Amino acid sequence: MERVSAGTKLTVLVLFAPFILWMLLLVILPHIDLLTISLRERVAPRVYEFSFKNYMEFFVEPLYWRTFARTAIMSILATVLTLIIGFPISYYIAKIARGRLKSSLFLLCMLPFWVSELVRTFGWMILLRESGIISGVLQWLGLADGPVEMLYNDAAIMVGLVYTSMLFMVVPLVSTLDSLDDGLIEAAYDLGGSTIAILREIVIPHAMPGIVSGCIVVFMLTLGNYLTPTLLGGKDSLWFTEQIYNQFITRFNWEQGSAFGFLLLLLSSAIIWTGLRLTRQRLQDTIK
Amino acid sequence: MLASLPRSLPSRIIYGLYVALFFLYLLAPLVVVATFAFNDSVFPSLPWKGFTLDWFISAGDNGRLGLFYDKPLLESVGISLMVATAVTLLSLAVGVSNAFLFERHDFPFKGFFYMLMLMPLVIPGVILGISILVFSNSIVNALDNLFLYEAEFLRPGLLLVVLGQFSFITTMATLVISARLRKFNVELEEAALNLGAGRLTAVRTVTLPFLKPALIGAGAVAFLMSFENFNTTLMLVGSDAPLTITMYDRLREGSTPVINAVSLFLMVLSAALALMSMLSGRKAPE
Repeated sequence: MERVSAGTKLTVLVLFAPFILWMLLLVILPHIDLLTISLRERVAPRVYEFSFKNYMEFFVEPLYWRTFARTAIMSILATVLTLIIGFPISYYIAKIARGRLKSSLFLLCMLPFWVSELVRTFGWMILLRESGIISGVLQWLGLADGPVEMLYNDAAIMVGLVYTSMLFMVVPLVSTLDSLDDGLIEAAYDLGGSTIAILREIVIPHAMPGIVSGCIVVFMLTLGNYLTPTLLGGKDSLWFTEQIYNQFITRFNWEQGSAFGFLLLLLSSAIIWTGLRLTRQRLQDTIK
Repeated sequence: MLASLPRSLPSRIIYGLYVALFFLYLLAPLVVVATFAFNDSVFPSLPWKGFTLDWFISAGDNGRLGLFYDKPLLESVGISLMVATAVTLLSLAVGVSNAFLFERHDFPFKGFFYMLMLMPLVIPGVILGISILVFSNSIVNALDNLFLYEAEFLRPGLLLVVLGQFSFITTMATLVISARLRKFNVELEEAALNLGAGRLTAVRTVTLPFLKPALIGAGAVAFLMSFENFNTTLMLVGSDAPLTITMYDRLREGSTPVINAVSLFLMVLSAALALMSMLSGRKAPE
């Protein structure tokens, strides 16, 4: 660390300037503005008054809060499913696969992240639609008489969300499971522990930090997702980010849209905060 | 269960099957998108009608417009390249400055500012987009009211798209570059100073070359994140649409396999950038 002198003080100021400009102009002030706009009501053309009307509207209009609740519940479900599907895979990569197989499986898990979400979702559209691959395979096997439409429903949304989220669950899980000493598991077997008991008593408690940080990231990304629900869910996907988009772009009701935006931000932050509290982790350690 | 412990045959088969199925699930959508770019049909769906390169090279004379002749699509690729280049350069510049600020210096409320720096990663992209939209509109209105000046460039458009993407990609760039800077031995820089180099010269000739792998890695990821961004872009886009927006519109209308062709192009681009970022990380000397 350098000694403080006039020169270093100047350096700090020069380095601080771009940082604070970035933060103020693109993050802090825009969010303050968003909050202000969400708290005003248009009473006459170009005349606004302070009001909670936009937030009241959210609770009064069933469509709004139901969409919000639906988005939250579907996101929780997607998170749980991602964990359940991803855990055995992570365990396989961390504890069973060895050498080349291990590193190539891990890289394979990263693959979808590198490909645009739009392309991934498009892939699912080709697979699931009426004239798609899965429908074709089912007919070929004789399991279906005619084309089967699997797109545009909640299950399709869920498949897409879990797919998109998988990487963010597998990476933290593999790294915590990797740090678990094999000797502990061997010792537990030697002492006569069953696989289930070992999983419950040793593996899962050790992997807990990875489970929590994976779940936080997956939940946050799912909640804020827009592409997957709109493309795979069709017109009735009822995702909350879609409501925000509609208010802003289609209806041009920026006050209402801002209020929705803030509600989503609150929910997302609350989940992150609770998750960090539960594991006694700091944000700095989770984002890596 | 461990690699070193004996396991019963059925359990091994079931576990192996599950892992295989999982990777099938992971790869199926990507394989399908790539394959159907070569289907000799106007829909990207079954039945398979044979192999064709029409969706890349057909000039429209047989009723099919291939990727290399699809002007709107090519234009949006150009726009995306432009936006991504601007975002990459900007975020690398600010990222380096931030890395030096947080790794090398102490200043009041440093912990608080560090937390603030991480914020853009935990704010949903849609909300970053609308907040910047709202704020730029407020500035436009204020300028109009106070100075009767029409700040057209702050209306939704490419500048806002660049700023919106820059706002969160910079955090990522800062984290990658900081991690590398932390490994730097400050004595090397001091040696340069002792040998008579000025402060800036020392940083330019000693520290920045050391950071090069991180700059390449962060640059590749920043470029890719910008090129593929949808959520923030959607809220800030004007009449010039980047590729993701154009593709989204086409997907909703139900498009020809030209979309598969452009997706394949995107996959190749991602693969190249991913390779670049991974190699830059691996080769980095400690």
